[in-house]
Amino acid sequence: MRFWRKAFSWSVQLLFLGTVIYGVTWLAGNTVENLARQGTASGFGFLDSRAGFGISQTLIDYSEDSTYGRVLVVGLLNTLLVAFVSIFLATLIGFLVGVGRLSKNGLVRLLSVIYIETFRNVPLLLQIMFWYFGVLRNLNPPRQANSIFDVAFLSNRGFVIPSPVFLEGSMAYGIGVIILLIGLILGRRWQTRRQMETGMRPSLWPFLLGAIVSIVIALYALVGWPFELDIPALKGFNFKGGINLVPEFLALTFALSVYTAAFIAEIVRAGIQSVSHGQTEAGRALGMPSRLSMRLIIIPQAMRVIIPPLTSQYLNLTKNSSLAVAIAYPDIVSVFAGTALNQVGQAVEIIFITMLIYLGLSLLTSLSMNFYNNRVSKKGAQ
Amino acid sequence: MRLILSKISKNLKVSPIVIISFIASGLYPAYADKTLETVKENGYIKCGVSQGLMGFSNPDDKGNWTGIDVDVCRAVSAAIFGSDKNVKYIALSNKERFAALQSGEVEVLSRNTTYSMQRDTALGIDFVGINYYDGQSFMVRKELGVKSISELSGASLCANLGTTTELNAADYFTSAGMDYEIITFEKADETVSAYNSGRCDVYTTDQSGLYAQRLKFTNPDEHMILPEVISKEPLGPAVRQGDSQWADIVRWSLYAMISAEELGVSSKNIDSKAQLRNPDIQRLLGNDGTFGENLGIRKDWAKQIIIHVGNYGESFERNVGKGSPLGIARGQNALWRNGGLQYSPPIR
Repeated sequence: MRFWRKAFSWSVQLLFLGTVIYGVTWLAGNTVENLARQGTASGFGFLDSRAGFGISQTLIDYSEDSTYGRVLVVGLLNTLLVAFVSIFLATLIGFLVGVGRLSKNGLVRLLSVIYIETFRNVPLLLQIMFWYFGVLRNLNPPRQANSIFDVAFLSNRGFVIPSPVFLEGSMAYGIGVIILLIGLILGRRWQTRRQMETGMRPSLWPFLLGAIVSIVIALYALVGWPFELDIPALKGFNFKGGINLVPEFLALTFALSVYTAAFIAEIVRAGIQSVSHGQTEAGRALGMPSRLSMRLIIIPQAMRVIIPPLTSQYLNLTKNSSLAVAIAYPDIVSVFAGTALNQVGQAVEIIFITMLIYLGLSLLTSLSMNFYNNRVSKKGAQ
Repeated sequence: MRLILSKISKNLKVSPIVIISFIASGLYPAYADKTLETVKENGYIKCGVSQGLMGFSNPDDKGNWTGIDVDVCRAVSAAIFGSDKNVKYIALSNKERFAALQSGEVEVLSRNTTYSMQRDTALGIDFVGINYYDGQSFMVRKELGVKSISELSGASLCANLGTTTELNAADYFTSAGMDYEIITFEKADETVSAYNSGRCDVYTTDQSGLYAQRLKFTNPDEHMILPEVISKEPLGPAVRQGDSQWADIVRWSLYAMISAEELGVSSKNIDSKAQLRNPDIQRLLGNDGTFGENLGIRKDWAKQIIIHVGNYGESFERNVGKGSPLGIARGQNALWRNGGLQYSPPIR
């Protein structure tokens, strides 16, 4: 009896799978056939042909002679850049405001509420446009740029900052930093071991300071100071040299971070409030200072509630970054699903690739957040 | 099978399938070869126009569209229905325009679109004529003191995304060995707004577009259009590939307007001209020959176009020429007889 039930359930599932596969192939075949009948070019060969247009911000080498495949990579990297920076900033602001929302200080609490309710309730596209056009209008042209100590300049062409130039020997400093980091990790382990043995946590600062000073002196004696700054200077229409953070990037990053932070703040507040007050009291009864009990007792338990909705916010932010096209930030939607699509005309292929990339990005984010979540929740369960 | 499929996707809300089928159904050219029948059934033409470009296709405060591109659709409507009102205008961005035509969302794309080989051959669309000869040019603020494009090395350019403008600028600056930065916006309004707020030194698009946009500026006198023209931009209407009857209707609607100007027939003098025993005019007005029948539309198709829309010259002067705020001279768009490029094959 059980066997038949199982067999039935399997055959239903197989039938369903078969239908879905049939449907998808039918649709794909139909599309290809119709494209051919329409006389539209199809296939992915266009990825190897010359793009022939310029892009305002490129993280890798790109010129008009590069291929559409390269355009795809340039666009993707621009999307990733804005997503990473915004996720970092949004998390930072979100945690601060979220904790501020529960502060004992009335003013801090009020400001946090105002922040959340303002930025959460205005459509993101409007915020992006506001920061872009609103702020851009109030900045000076490059020739009257606001300078910061004559090394960084703010104008309506962006924020130009000096860029470091690494000369020969700077590798040695890199190795020094790695040695320091390893030392720091070992030191922390030693601290914990001592605390287990004696109950007292020894201070690490004197050792760390000594190590930094001695390593720097040693390196200076060996290779000198192999760094220079490339300071931007006005030349012709714009600044040359340094790193230019274009207004499109700044506006988009700012808007995405500020908007998402409002949601993250509420998630953080909910997470902290989900931990029963008894936990705080238990910590206090054990004589723990309130900062320590927050860090060791409340936050780890709150994280279990915070992480899943936080993941959704990260995914939203990444997908929202496609609004970049409204203010000409050259993200993947703008350069690949925009300009390239228009020049090549193969909408199905290009939109398909773009969708796959967003899907891939989202799945990767989910995966890494789930990994982190598993670690955190196991810790909490002990 | 289709029924089963639609049932499944309905019950399960399988979003990827829905999306793919949406794309595929959009591409499904059910009426690719009988556009005229579809249009007659609907009672109107779906005409793809710009999101607002003065002189070419621009809505007024009551939602009425005017412009030289709009006149092409009005002419087609007059030729089929005997009235220029049977048109539904659909505003499209640069980015959307070809997909909208390919998928059947519009039947005529008359949207200041450059006729180029790539577009004519690889996009599944066909250009049917040229209603405005244009070329790409550059606008700068006078205070910059720039007199020629060759002084623009290192400049920031604002342009529209997905246009030939982007490619021409790239070709020009790279072949001249000049640096540039190009910022591309999806909507023309945003491009202008960015230029006006100082994001760019230069605003570049077709010359006619520059004249049209400059009119909207608060201080048009502070800006100048550089004299050089760096490209050929023949703008014209396009239709979906694979329906030559429909392509013929749109093509000859445009030619009828040009022919009418060549023959001196306008909306004002059509009644008196109809009395003349000029065989060319008699053929144009449908009193002789079976041209309308051959196209599959009314016999007096061209007459209706002239009555409702006027000849090419009237359309030009009303929308972009002396009768409009743009005040553009005929130039290349004059009739061939007067040193221009506008020329119609004979209607005979």
